[in-house]
Parts: sequence; structure tokens; C-alpha cells
Amino acid sequence: MNDIAIELRGIDKSFGLVHANKNINLTVRKGTIHGIIGENGAGKSTLMSILYGFYQADSGDIVVDGNKVTIKDPNAAIASGIGMVHQHFMLVENFTVLENVMLGAEDSQILNTSISKARVELKRLEREYALEVNPDALIEELPVGLQQRVEILKALYRKADILILDEPTGVLTPPEADHLFRILGQLKEQGKTIIFITHKLREIMAITDEVSVMRRGEMVATRHTKETSVEELAELMVGRRVLLRVDKGAANPGAVKLSVENLTVRDSRGVTMVDNVAFTLRAGEIVGIAGVAGNGQSELLEAISGIRRAVSGSVLLNGEPVDVTGYADPGGLRNRGLAHVPEDRHHVGLVLAFEEAENGILGYHHDKRYLNGVFLDTKAIEADAEEKIKKYDIRPPNPRLKTANFSGGNQQKIVLAREMERGPDVLIIGQPTRGVDVGAIEFIHKRIIEMRDQGKAVLLVSVELDEIRALSDRIIVMFAGRVVGERGPDATEGELGLLMAGVEGRKEAAE
Amino acid sequence: MEFFHTIVAILESTIRVSVPLIFAALAGLFTERAGVFDIGLEGKMLGAAFAAGAVAAVTGSVLMGLLAAILISVLLSLVHGYASITQRGSQIVSGVAINFIVAGSTVILGEAWFRQGGRTPALGADARFQTVTFPFADAVKDVPIFGPIYTNLLSGHFILTYVAFLLVPFSWWVLYRTRFGLRLRAVGENPGAVDTAGISVIWLRYRAVICCGILCGFAGAYLSLAMSAGFVKGMTAGKGYIALAALIFAKWRPFNIMMACLLFGFLDALAIRLQGNPLPFIGQVPVQLMQALPYILTVILLAGFIGKAIPPKAGGIPYVKER
Repeated sequence: MNDIAIELRGIDKSFGLVHANKNINLTVRKGTIHGIIGENGAGKSTLMSILYGFYQADSGDIVVDGNKVTIKDPNAAIASGIGMVHQHFMLVENFTVLENVMLGAEDSQILNTSISKARVELKRLEREYALEVNPDALIEELPVGLQQRVEILKALYRKADILILDEPTGVLTPPEADHLFRILGQLKEQGKTIIFITHKLREIMAITDEVSVMRRGEMVATRHTKETSVEELAELMVGRRVLLRVDKGAANPGAVKLSVENLTVRDSRGVTMVDNVAFTLRAGEIVGIAGVAGNGQSELLEAISGIRRAVSGSVLLNGEPVDVTGYADPGGLRNRGLAHVPEDRHHVGLVLAFEEAENGILGYHHDKRYLNGVFLDTKAIEADAEEKIKKYDIRPPNPRLKTANFSGGNQQKIVLAREMERGPDVLIIGQPTRGVDVGAIEFIHKRIIEMRDQGKAVLLVSVELDEIRALSDRIIVMFAGRVVGERGPDATEGELGLLMAGVEGRKEAAE
Repeated sequence: MEFFHTIVAILESTIRVSVPLIFAALAGLFTERAGVFDIGLEGKMLGAAFAAGAVAAVTGSVLMGLLAAILISVLLSLVHGYASITQRGSQIVSGVAINFIVAGSTVILGEAWFRQGGRTPALGADARFQTVTFPFADAVKDVPIFGPIYTNLLSGHFILTYVAFLLVPFSWWVLYRTRFGLRLRAVGENPGAVDTAGISVIWLRYRAVICCGILCGFAGAYLSLAMSAGFVKGMTAGKGYIALAALIFAKWRPFNIMMACLLFGFLDALAIRLQGNPLPFIGQVPVQLMQALPYILTVILLAGFIGKAIPPKAGGIPYVKER
């Protein structure tokens, strides 16, 4: 009895018509790392939010350490020894580490005494768990890896015995993720219980003792990690067999379609985000740009697609110059054969309040075939949408449905269908599978390879290294706005990881 | 010596006109640092000035007047809080609405109650704040340099003037040295961090809004019970907006706020002084231009001379627990 840290019995939760958690049972043993895996929208985060007191379950019991508890708010969760490291860090960026750790756990109205006590306690925690961080550093000046460490320290400062980590590796470089895994291992040795939520199978296999799989709001299975396999887990997640490797033949590169030279781009604050970048993209190949989020990939895509004005540099599209430092605009570039699937489909790629069919023609709405004189030809638009729905298996197959009501994967398919079906010469894709479930990922990857095999030039930006490695014929690594290396498709993860962390690149640049 | 006396006189009136700005800007500091933008400082100040004038006129007590000012201002703050915190409405719309409601209703109520064209009756000495004279002020007033500074500049102000200037370090202390201040600043930057730490975002923001109400109450009472002897319609004359500008100009920091308010006050004092006096080289300048000067300078200063003013990150955004 006493070796069970948390037991959930029959947890049920609905948001309006959405049944997010259906009769969930879960047992987490003390001193273990318990993985929870499932696709986006499977209900993992809802379940953990219930455990942390963000939401109340409609029915069901939570048993912590053998005692039935009611967790009505985060305070109650903290009191029961539950701590949470959120996917988006809950830190105040212009506060120091110390202030963040202390926030909400101060001893008295006046801060002085709390500060000195927190400082001593933080030192002790740092020593005990090897979690060094300068207590007086401002959060905004720390790299993400350290920010996450502050989140862990916050939980430990509140004497958490059970630590929930929600998609903790999404923002980390591979070396940082490895470091996190070592920290988690250490915490486990000290007797802490860890619940680790992710949609990445590899991480589950690497560090968990047990794993529970969620699918569509239900807990479908729990396995000892040693006795399961990646294939079995993937099948449990999706509910059918999935192909984890992408099948693709060798690339057959042709003429140069896009060439970028000395491109420099600054963001709205005037910080140089893309620093003198050059590369070429040929017909019939996929060039992947790898890098940790925020190293200039987004700004690079925006400059090439005409959304953001570059400071200097030149871009040739089909051999013709593009006015990237002046008046290039996405519409004009589209007409010249450059299609763009933006990274952020919610804000750039789609108008969520529009119907599916309307989003299906955005950017091409001046095209004669959608027009009837000066009016939109709604019949033609709807027919066009229905064709795409069929071809891209967009569900539900209803062109009149509001786009916000489609799942992430289907929204992405709407954007892809719009841009791919035009047969552009150059296709630029940012984060093709962010927030997209495993089943749809497989489909999207296949379509991207098909585009390449039709002789299109594809530029792919993704923070998912696995995706870059699976699809790309050449891999360019960006760090701090610069291209720090180029590798073939057979580059190892470790090699790319070091480049992404800026370790190898400096050496290479110096040589 | 003539020139020196002119300077002292201008500085003295600088202090006098800066006081309501300091109260109002500090009021804005508390609510905006907590993430609730407040364009309704003007309305709260005006409502408070009216309440102070009306109650002081009826009761003959300056203290009752001050309390009424604070009460009305806090109530208006709570309306803003209810609209923007609880109902998650637009903070700008709510603030503007309060400004309009107060601008209209003070005149209507004033006319209905006192029948003096929207004014409240002129107050006697007991119903107004009195100036404080420092010890030996009379004795030293003829000492060169020191005398005028001590007697005219430091001594002889209303008690509320000293309160306003003492509130500057006090506000700093509250914001940066107390638990309440730490949480208040946190909720203006990342309410999620406050919520997950087990603190109520709603209650914290309401407390910040109440602080704002209290300070606006002081600002309004100063206008009708100290600077003037009673309420006159529209007597805030845009001071709430100037205070808002000072708050931004000061990048939401207490000591900068004091300096910004003194600067705006100085421009105002200068404009009053220069009215009707020909300027060297330029000659006679229209009164209207002099009156517009502080506002023109505000625009220029805000547009280009302060660098980037970064507001509290969660400012203006109602907090919704993410799903």
C-alpha cells in the first residue's frame, strides 16, 4: 500500500461537449519515473491540471500517499506535496531566480527575512540535487535549460515529493534534454516520484520505469517500459499501426531554384536574428534547417517569403532577384511560384474564424477561377475545397465548418493543401507537424516527399530534429542567426545536437 | 535677486501643481503594475474632487471631505475592477466610460444639490486643508538664499503636499520590499506564475485597484479642498491623462514618477508665469500657445526622448486560465 504515491480513480472531466477525460485510472508508484504519453488532445494535460488543482474533476477520486484528498486549487496540490513544471514556464521574466522561487511561498509580509531564508534553502537544494543556478540572475537572461531548472527548484522549495513535468523537452537542445534526464534520475534516487508527460516515444523509452498511454481522453494501457517497444506504444497511441520511418528514395537535385546570399534580418527590437546567411535550394531536394527555436529560423522564413523586410542581402527565385530588402510581398512571390506554409498556422496561416473553404483560397482569392466578375464564386470555391478535403483526408469533411473547430492536424492539412495544390516551384514549410498528431504526421511527411519527387524545391524548418533527419536531403544548422554547419542526411543526432548548441559551430567557423 | 525670487516662485508653484499628478500617477502605478491599465484616473480624480467638495460643504469637515473622496474613488475603482478583472472586459473602454460618467454626473448632481451651476459652495477655512508652516519660517525668511527656499519652497504647503512626496518612497518600499509588492509586480508580468504559486490572481488585482482608488481619492481631495475652495466642473482638466503620461514617461518606477510629475508641473508653472509677459527675442506669445506648451512637450517627450518604455507584460490582458 505504502509504495504508491498517487492513485487516480475514475477521473472524469468534460468541457462542454468535449469529453476530455473518461473514467481515468492511474497508479504511480513511489520513487519511480512514470511516463504519460499520448497525442495532442488525448487529455494528458487536462489530467495533470486536475492533479495540480487547475480544474476540478466532474467525478472520481485522487489518493495521495494512501489518503484521499480534494485538490481544489494549486495551493492544495502544493500542500499534498505535488509540484509541477509547466510546459510554458510559469516564471516572471524580469524577476530574479530568488524572487521567482520565493513567490507565493514567502514567510512574512516584509521580504527581508524571507529573502535570506530562501537564499540558504536554495543553496541547500542546489547542493543536494546538483541544480546550480545563480540566485540573483534575472530569468530573462538565463537560457531555457536553466529557466527550467528554476521551475524544478520552485517545486522542490515547496517541498514537493511528486513532480509533474509537462512536455519538458520541447524547448531544450538535445544536450540540455540529456542534462534534464540526469537531473530527473538524481531526483528519483533521492526518493522523489516523477510524472513525465510527453508525446515523444524516444524519451519515454530513455528514462521512464512505467508508461501509461492515453488516447482520446481514455487511459488505454499501462506498461513496464522494459517490457514494451516504441512500435507497441505508437500503435496504442494512435489506435492503429503507424509507420515511424519515412520511406524515401535518393534525391535527384536539379537546377537551383532559390539562392540566398548574405541575408541579414533584424527583429522588431533591432536585434540581428539572421546574420549573413547563405544557401541554395535546388529542384527535387529537401533542405532542412535545424536549430533550437529562436535562433533565427523564423525570421529567415519571414524574410524569404516576403513577410519581413531584410536589412541586407539578396535572394534569387528561379534566377530572378527578389526585392527582400524592399518591397517583396508574399502575394507577389506566390505568383512567382513560391508558396509558404507558415510556422504559426493560427495567426499567420489561417483565419480561424473563417470557414474551411474560405481558408482554402486565402492568398489566392484574386485568382480568376474563384471569381465571378467582382464577386466570389462560392460554388467554385466549395468544389475546390471538397476536392482538397478528399485528397488530403481532412476531417470532418465539411467545407462550411469554422476552421477553429478542426483539430491541429487537420488545420495544418488545410494550409498544406492550399499551398501544395498550386504546384509551386519552391515550397517553404515552417514546423510542418507542430501540434499535429502521429497519424497526420505520417501523412504530411509523405506529401512533402511527394512534392520533392515531383521536382519541387522544398525548404523545411523544424525544431523537431527527428523530423529534419527523416525528411532532409541536406541539413543546415542555425545557431544565433548564423549557419554553423551543413551535413548530409546521415548526420548523427549527437553531431547535429552539438551544432545546434553552438559548440561545434564555433570551432568550424574558426577554422 | 529679482530673478532668484522669480525662480523660487516658479518652483513653489511647480510643487503645488505637481501634487495631484504625483498622487494620480502613483495610483496608476499600483494598478498598472498589477496588469490592469487605467485610463480612468481622470474620472476617479474628478469624482473624488466632487465628493470632497460636496461633503466638506455640507458637513464643514475637511476630514469628512477627504474620506468621501476616497470612498467614491474606491467605488469607481471597483467598478473598473469588476468590468476588467471579473468580467474580463476591455480595460480601456471601462476607463473611458468612467471618465464620461463622472464628467457628466458631477455637474448634474452638483446643480441638483447646490444650484450653483455645477459648483459646490465655496468652503470656509475649517472645511479646507490649511498650510503647514515650519518652525522659524518667519524668523529666517529674510536670510539671503536660504530664507526664501526654507520659507517659501519647503514650508507653507498643505499637509497633503508632504503626504504626496512621502508616498513616493513609501510606494517604492511597498512594491519592492513587501510580499504584497512582489506578488503585485508578478501578477502584472505573468499572472500564470502567480496562479500556479497558489495565489489568487483576482483578489490580488482587486487589491491593487483599491490602492489606486485610495490614491486617486487623495488627488481629488487635494484639488477641491486644498488647491481650490470647492469643486468646479471639470476641474481636473486633463491632469489624469498627464499623470498617465508621466507614468509611462517614468517607465512605471516610483522615483522616476516623482521626477516626471515635477517636470510636467514645472512646465505648467512656467506657462502660467509667462502668460502675458513678452519673451526675450520672441516677443508676445499667445496665451493659448503657452497653455498648450506642457501638452506639446509631453507629446514630444513621449514620442522620442525616453527610449523604449516597456509596460508590464500582462498589462491590459484579462487573466483567463488556459485550457
